[in-house]
Amino acid sequence: MSVAAAHPRPSESKQASWIGFVASARAWLFLIVLIVGFEVWSQLSFQATFVGNMFNIRSIAVFTVAPLLLAMGQTFVIISGGIDLSVGFTMGLASVTVSNVANAITPIYGTGVGLAAGIVAAVLVSVVPGLVNGLLIARLRVPPFIGTLGMYGVARGVAYLLANGTTVPVHNDALAWMGNGSLGGIPAVVILTVVALLVLHYVLSQSRFGQYVYAVGGNRAAAVRAGINVRGVTLKIYILSAVCAGIGGVLYAGRFSAGAAQAGEPLLLDSIAAVVIGGASLFGGSGTIVGTLIGALIVAVIQYGLVFIDVEAFWQFVVVGVVIIISVLVDQSQRKGGRVDE
Amino acid sequence: MSESSPLLEVKKISKRFGGVHALEDVDFRLYPGEVVALAGDNGAGKSTLTKIISGVFPPDSGEISFQGVQISLANPQDARARGIETIYQDLALADNLDVGANVFLGREPMTRRFGLPMIDRKRMREEAAKTLDTLDIGLDRLDRPVRALSGGQRQCVAIGRALHWQAQVMIMDEPTAALGVPEQRKVLALIKSLKARGVGIVFISHNLHDIFAASDRIVVLRRGINAGERATVDANPDEIVRMMVG
Repeated sequence: MSVAAAHPRPSESKQASWIGFVASARAWLFLIVLIVGFEVWSQLSFQATFVGNMFNIRSIAVFTVAPLLLAMGQTFVIISGGIDLSVGFTMGLASVTVSNVANAITPIYGTGVGLAAGIVAAVLVSVVPGLVNGLLIARLRVPPFIGTLGMYGVARGVAYLLANGTTVPVHNDALAWMGNGSLGGIPAVVILTVVALLVLHYVLSQSRFGQYVYAVGGNRAAAVRAGINVRGVTLKIYILSAVCAGIGGVLYAGRFSAGAAQAGEPLLLDSIAAVVIGGASLFGGSGTIVGTLIGALIVAVIQYGLVFIDVEAFWQFVVVGVVIIISVLVDQSQRKGGRVDE
Repeated sequence: MSESSPLLEVKKISKRFGGVHALEDVDFRLYPGEVVALAGDNGAGKSTLTKIISGVFPPDSGEISFQGVQISLANPQDARARGIETIYQDLALADNLDVGANVFLGREPMTRRFGLPMIDRKRMREEAAKTLDTLDIGLDRLDRPVRALSGGQRQCVAIGRALHWQAQVMIMDEPTAALGVPEQRKVLALIKSLKARGVGIVFISHNLHDIFAASDRIVVLRRGINAGERATVDANPDEIVRMMVG
């Protein structure tokens, strides 16, 4: 006796795949609508093009880099059913670290060694909050919201302490080039971020580790029963998220030639927004790097576009916050509709 | 069936939790291709016995033999590696992954593309489809998350996964609970086809109708001891209920 033969539901499955298509295309459609909207506004108000302007495109691309780096790490965390609230200050901590170390090493050993030492130190320092988050969540079963909120405070305090409560100007030409230079007209920070994007997309979609991130978020108990080292996977996820934030901090220090404890503060909201708008569920189990890229572009276009059309800058927070809430509502309604219960 | 040797044999198993005797000198045998229903009221020791068989915790005394060899099970992974698999209704599948990914969860085959190691999703899907086909579980789409499947279909996927990894003994805890009647029939039909493949099945259910429909033998536990056992063809429901309540 065949299970499917007893239950032919072609129309229902066709409908389900249609819903799935709309869900995956949702972010793309939203991005296109936004760009068209800003273009029309720009043409009507200033008789100028928004998207045809290379300066705008470059600015949006550079603007997307830091939130996207944080959001890509956050994607792994959210797919696994967690959340990482500490990424913003981990980024700040890394930006202060790279600045301090580069300043100390460069005068003695030169620009190249100074840059390398700064980057290595920043990445190693950013591993620490990730490791602690991971141990708290994986071993001691602290809820991710609380564990990473605690780390938010710790990383913030340590970053300000290391920076002596101020911003740390950095004197290293190689770091400054990394933040502001271009290769063939493409900003170096954008190239580095695209490389990170490709690597993380591969890891999430093609590796066993990536598959286990989904499994942990879909059904932790099933993952444990399948013999997956769930604690190890969880630990790696939070370290990955922290290292992404650390790289964001290095690029920040390069771009502004300064480390600042508050470098990533406003980016927590942006990173979670990018992941959720990109189609990941805050309940865990779904999301993609490509979706997060689209989500980060949407956030950047909203923010840059609002400035471009002369809207008071603080409206950005309002609009991004509203978009997050709408995305979560859409996700929730789809979860109710998507499941076939008998 | 009695001339073959038991697949699984449990002798004089006892287990205490604090001062409570959860099991006392319980014996249990399971032959290849046999479905044994484990019946008993709440607290009779059914789940304690199945947890000992599946390696969740060790017995205080007594011995377990599998395929004629005495074994001790350190943990559930140990039991699974030997081919003793428990099919849980809710814990079995990752809802967000497709059928192939669930069948291969934790044991994904890898392939190489563009010089990089990648999960071989095509192979997972094809081999999952092959296993499900041999069990006559036809699913129209294997590339959708199992969330989209019905409760009975999910149960079938979980059983198919166990079979794919050469399970010899399957412990099914209330496999038909929370399913509609047509779905219950499908699961019972699947149990018949597992029998034909020589898999031994421990079937735990509160539903006497299902017990009589699916099992070859009924073992009744009451307050941690063997209360009796009948070949299903010779048993009648009233008698089983009397054994259960004492």
